[in-house]
Amino acid sequence: MKPGHGEILLSEGDPDVSEDEERLIEEFRRQLDEGMWAAVPTSTPGSGRREALMVRDYADVPRGAERVIFFPRAAGG
Amino acid sequence: MLLALLVLAVVAVALAAPVAIRMARVRIDAARAARNAAEERPLDYDPGRERRAEQRARQLLRSCVNDEEWGMYRDLGFIRVEGSHPQGRGRRKGAASQGDTPPYAYLLYPHKPIVAYVPADGRLLSEYCVEFPDLTGGRSRLPASDDVLAKWMALTSDESRVIGQANMHLVGRQLDPARVRRDLWRLSEWERRRVGSTEARGG
Repeated sequence: MKPGHGEILLSEGDPDVSEDEERLIEEFRRQLDEGMWAAVPTSTPGSGRREALMVRDYADVPRGAERVIFFPRAAGG
Repeated sequence: MLLALLVLAVVAVALAAPVAIRMARVRIDAARAARNAAEERPLDYDPGRERRAEQRARQLLRSCVNDEEWGMYRDLGFIRVEGSHPQGRGRRKGAASQGDTPPYAYLLYPHKPIVAYVPADGRLLSEYCVEFPDLTGGRSRLPASDDVLAKWMALTSDESRVIGQANMHLVGRQLDPARVRRDLWRLSEWERRRVGSTEARGG
């Protein structure tokens, strides 16, 4: 999520394909280096409850996650 | 007679002059501000970009939150998120939660502070001023629905972190407490209607 633009697709690929995964990891690190926060939307089966999982490392991204959303880190307003 | 009229005219001009000067200054300042804004605007400025960004943001928000939260945002313009601390924030000593009612919850408005309140009695606790600034140094803001989604993701994943980053104030610094109370009433009415329609569908 980019101020002034909204949602932008940064990178996509299959994490099981090594070339794709390298590209995903590179983009993930670049976003975090720029100061963004990364979150994965999750849902609890059966309860209908949804929440997000903040990830600080690519290895923390759950297997099977469809997307990681990067957004500017929060600051006091 | 002529002299008296002349004196009256001079007095009238003298009285009207400050007002006329003030009005002229206001118009000059407005024209200057409009000219500056036009000069700051990039040549490739697309007036529909923000609207399209907001439409995408609404779709993204809808894909992340559950049906109830999406309906709440669509119909009321804000989302309620339950607090995750079991003891609650600012909870009165000895106060018991009623049934499934969480000890405290938040209202997430686009581009406005997060409001913490007690669902059991509607007591407003505090407002948390938080923003998601343009890290490139620009002055752009997230689209409204992205701002709500960022708050939702931050609160549901790491409540302490985002609340720790925010500036906390008593409700009333940026948000009108009467408006928040009215929104809580709207929310309760919305939930009552929603439960009613769900029961009607169920038989």
